[in-house]
Amino acid sequence: MSTIPENTANTEVIEFDVRTDEMLVNMGPQHPSTHGVLRLVLRTDGEVVSEVTPHLGYLHRCAEKIGENLTPRQWIPYTDRMDYLAAMSMNLGWALCTEKLMNLQVPEKARHLRVIIAEMQRIASHLVGMGAYGLDLGSFSPFLYAFREREKILDLFEEACGARLTYSYLTVGGATADLPPGWLQKCEAFLDQFLPVIDEYHALLTTNSIFIKRCANIGVMPADMAISYGCSGAVLRGSGVDLDLRRDGEEWYTNMYDGYAFEVIVEKEGHYPNDHVYPPVPPEAVLGDCWHRFYVRMLEVRQAVDLVRQAIDRYSAASGSYGEPVKLAEKLPAGETYLETEAPRGQMGFYIVSDGSPIPWRVRARSSCFCNLSVTSELCRNTLIADIPAVVGSLDIVMGEIDR
Amino acid sequence: MGEQNLVSRLQAKFGSKILDVQLDAIDPWVEVSAEGLPEVCQYLHDEPDLKFDYLSCISGVDYFEPDPKKAAKLIGKPRMEVVYHLWSVTHKSSLVLKVLLPRWKGEQEGSLPDVPSVAHIWRTADWHEREVYDLSGINFTGHPDLRRILCPEDWEGYPLRRDYQMPLEYHGIRCR
Amino acid sequence: MSQFLINQLGLYPLLVQALMAMLTASLILGVIAGGSVVFIWMERKVAGRIQDRLGPTRVGGKFGWLQTLADGIKLLAKEDLRPEGADALLFRIAPYVAFCASYGSFIALPFATGWVGLDINVAVFFVVAVLGLEVFGVILAGYASASKWSLFGAMREAAQVISYEVPLGLCVVIPVMIAGTMDLTKIANLQAGWFTNWYLFHDPFAFIAFFVYYTCALASVNRAPFDLAEAESELVAGFHTEYSGLRWSFFFMAEYGSMFLVSALGSILFLGGWNGPIPLAEWVFGQHASGLSGFAFVVANLLGLTVFMSKAVLCVTVMMWIRWTFPRLRIDQVITTCWKYCTPISAVMFVGVINWQLLGLPNGSDLLPHHQLGVRQLPGAVREGAFGKNQLMPQAQSRDEKSARHKEALPAPLHAVSDRGES
Repeated sequence: MSTIPENTANTEVIEFDVRTDEMLVNMGPQHPSTHGVLRLVLRTDGEVVSEVTPHLGYLHRCAEKIGENLTPRQWIPYTDRMDYLAAMSMNLGWALCTEKLMNLQVPEKARHLRVIIAEMQRIASHLVGMGAYGLDLGSFSPFLYAFREREKILDLFEEACGARLTYSYLTVGGATADLPPGWLQKCEAFLDQFLPVIDEYHALLTTNSIFIKRCANIGVMPADMAISYGCSGAVLRGSGVDLDLRRDGEEWYTNMYDGYAFEVIVEKEGHYPNDHVYPPVPPEAVLGDCWHRFYVRMLEVRQAVDLVRQAIDRYSAASGSYGEPVKLAEKLPAGETYLETEAPRGQMGFYIVSDGSPIPWRVRARSSCFCNLSVTSELCRNTLIADIPAVVGSLDIVMGEIDR
Repeated sequence: MGEQNLVSRLQAKFGSKILDVQLDAIDPWVEVSAEGLPEVCQYLHDEPDLKFDYLSCISGVDYFEPDPKKAAKLIGKPRMEVVYHLWSVTHKSSLVLKVLLPRWKGEQEGSLPDVPSVAHIWRTADWHEREVYDLSGINFTGHPDLRRILCPEDWEGYPLRRDYQMPLEYHGIRCR
Repeated sequence: MSQFLINQLGLYPLLVQALMAMLTASLILGVIAGGSVVFIWMERKVAGRIQDRLGPTRVGGKFGWLQTLADGIKLLAKEDLRPEGADALLFRIAPYVAFCASYGSFIALPFATGWVGLDINVAVFFVVAVLGLEVFGVILAGYASASKWSLFGAMREAAQVISYEVPLGLCVVIPVMIAGTMDLTKIANLQAGWFTNWYLFHDPFAFIAFFVYYTCALASVNRAPFDLAEAESELVAGFHTEYSGLRWSFFFMAEYGSMFLVSALGSILFLGGWNGPIPLAEWVFGQHASGLSGFAFVVANLLGLTVFMSKAVLCVTVMMWIRWTFPRLRIDQVITTCWKYCTPISAVMFVGVINWQLLGLPNGSDLLPHHQLGVRQLPGAVREGAFGKNQLMPQAQSRDEKSARHKEALPAPLHAVSDRGES
C-alpha cells in the first residue's frame, strides 16, 4: 500500500494489471503432428494462438541443385523423395515435363498404364492423408485401417516395379517395365474389396460427431484466398474452386485423361457430385473448412477407384508397348518448359531449362504443399492450440515435397 | 485467346516495359523490365478477360558458366532470370513472364540484383520469392519479410548460383 | 488375526496394528501394480484387436502376457532424466503424488463383503475425494517440468478435472441416496439378489445417471476422448512429456489404477458390486454371502470377488474400446460438455431420483417376483425403510440392528484381507 500517497484518502479502486503474458511455443520440428519436420512458432495466450510462424527447411536435400548434375532419367529417383507418399505422381510429373521438352509422345498403352498407376497412387496417398488426419485429431485406429489398405496397394506396386515407397517406375518415355501378368486381376480384386472399406472410413471419421465438431468451421479458407495463396488440390477444391488439372490443365497433361469420364470433386451450386452415394455434408460445416478439405479427399478416393477401373479396361484393350524409357543420357533439345500435373496433394509443377546437353541447365520443382502450407499462419490466427493440428493436418502436407 | 493478341495488348499498354517476346518457344514467354513488373502483373491479375489470378511458380535461373572452357556452350551472356509462371483459374490459360537481371547489381560481387516484389498481388509470391532469394540470391524489393526459407538463416551464399561453392564448414560441421 | 498376535504372541498392539496395516497396504499395492500390468497388456491386446493387428504375441510364451513386465524392466533400466530448468524436488515427487492419490483411494474400496483395506462408513466420499487429489500430481508435474507443453497439459488437467468433479459427485450421490448410506459395502449388499435390484435398474433416472457417471469418470481419469492433458497430437505428451523411466511409469500406474478405481466404484454404486445377476448364494446357502461365516463365506466371497472384478474389468475394457475409436475433443468442447450437458443432466437425474422415491414409485427390484429371496432377507435391509412410504430416513433402530448383525456375521475387515493374503 506504500504506492498510495497518504493524503489521497479517497476510496478509489486501485486497478491491478491482470493482463496475461504471451508465450512463444515451438511446435516442432520434433512434434507428433507436424507431419515430419515442420516447425511452427506459436504465440499463445493460454490456449489461444494469436500468431503462427512456420519455419521450413529441415528436410532440404538440394534436389534442384542435384538435378543440375544429372540427366532427367537419373533425377527420377530424386523426385521419388519429394512427395514420398505419392512417389509415382512425382515420377509422372517429371517424366511428362521432360517429354514435353523433348516432344515425345508415349504410346497408348503407356498412357493408360500411367493412369492406373497414378490413380492407385492417389488412393494410397489419400489413405495416408486420411489416417494421419485421424491421428491428428486423436483417433488412432483409422490410421491403421488406412495403412492396411495402403499396404495392399504397395504390394501391387512392388509387384509392378520392385519397390514399395520410392518407385522410379514411371519414367521418361513410358515406364521401366510392363505390368506383370495377372496384375490387373489383382488390382481389380483389390478395388472390389476396397469399396466397402471406404464406407467404414466415412463411419469412423467423416460422419463421426466428435470429428465433425473438431473440424467443421475450423480454418475456413475463402476461395479467393485459396487462389491468391496458390493452393491446389483438395485444399483448393475444398474451398469450392472448380479446378482440377486432369480436366483443366495443359493439353500435354490432359491428353493422358482423354476419354476418361470423371467429375471434379468440388461443391458446385451447394452440392458435391452425385455420381455415387456420399455421406451428407453436416450442417455445421462451412465451405472451405477443414472438414470440406478432408471430404474432398475422401471423395477423390472413390473417384480414383472409378478411374482405375476405366483405365484397366482401356489398358487391356490397347495394343503395342508400354513405352520405352529413353536412353539414360539422351540429348535434350535446347529450350525450356514448365508443366503442372495434378498430384494427390495438389498441383506439382516441374520446370526444366536445357542448353542442349543431356544434363538440364536448371530444374525446378514447384511444390503443391509448399503453397498449401503458406496459408497456415493465416488460417491459424486466433485459434486454439488443438486447432493447429486440425488445420495443418487438413492441408495434408509432406515435408519432403516442401523442402525438396 | 491467342498469345499474339495478348502480347500486342501488353505492348500497346506498357510499351517499353515489355522488352522481348518469344512466341515460338514451347511455353511462350514475355520479357518484362524489372521496374515494370508490378504494373504488368497487376494488369494481368486484374483485367477481367485475362485474370491471371494464380501464380504457379517463381524460379530463379542463373545463366553463368564458371568454367571458361565450357563457356562457349553457354546460352547467351551471363545473367539471372526470374521466371513467373502465371495461370488463370477462370480462363484456364497460362503465361510466362521473365525478368532478366545482371548477376550482381552494378557488377559488384555480393550485391544482389533487385526485382520489385509481387507479393502484394499474389500471396503465393511471398514464400516463392523468399525461396528464390534464398537459393538464387535475388533481392525482392518491397517484400514484407525477405528471409531465407529453406537454408538456415545464417547460411552463406546462394546455392543455386552456378559459381556457388559449398562452404568447408558450417558451425563446426564439415560440409565437403 | 490381530487378536491372535496380541493375545498369543504377546506383541504390542501398536506393532500389530502397524504390521496389519503394512500387510493391507502391500496387498492393495499388489492389486494396483498387478492390475496395471494386466490392464496395460489388455490395452495393447484390445487396441491390437480393434486395429486389426495382433498386439504383443511373443513375451511369456503365448499372447505376450509378460510384455508389460518386460516393458517395466526396460523402464527400470532407463535413465532417469530431469530437464535442466526443472524444479528438482517437485519434479521428483510429482509422479508419487499422482500415484499415491490413486493408491490411497483404494484403501476404502471393498472387493467383497468385508474384504476392504479400511471399512469406513463414508467410503464413497473418501474414494471420490482422494481420487480427486491425483490432479495435484499432474499439475505439479506440468509445473515443475519447465516445459511449455507440460504446463499446457497441467492447466488443461486442472480445468478439466475440477469441472468434472461436479457432475461426477452428483452422480455418485444418487446411489448413495437410494441406499441411504455412504458405506460402499452396504451399498453393494443392498443390491443383492436379482440383477433388477441393481441401482442401474432402480428407476429411469438412475439408469441415465450411470452413463453420465461413466462419461464423467472417463473425463476425470483423463481417458480418451477426454485425454487432453496428454493429447499427443497437440501437446506431445502433455504433463509427462519430460518424464522417463520409472517416474513415467508411475504416472502410467496411476492412470490405470484410477481407471480401475472409477470402474470399480461405478460397478459398486450402479452395477451391484459383487452381486451376480442371479441370487446364487441365496440358492446355494439359503442366504446372502454377507450373512455367512467360515468356509462358505470365503467361497461365496471369492465368487463375489470374481463377479466384481469382471464388472470392473468390463467397464475398463469399454474405456479402452472408446479410446481406440473416437477422436479427441477440444478443451473448450470438453468444458462445454461438462457444464452444459453433464452437470445439468446429472442434476435433473438427482432431482428425478429424489422424487421417484418420495412418490414411492415401483423400482427395479419390484420387477421380478423373486425379490424376497434377495434383498428383503438381508440383515436389517435398509431398503424397506429408506425413503419408504411415509418416512424420509431409515429408522435408526433398524440401522443399529443391521450393523450389530453385520458385525456378528463378518470377521473384522483386516482379518478378511489378511486371510486372503495367506491363502
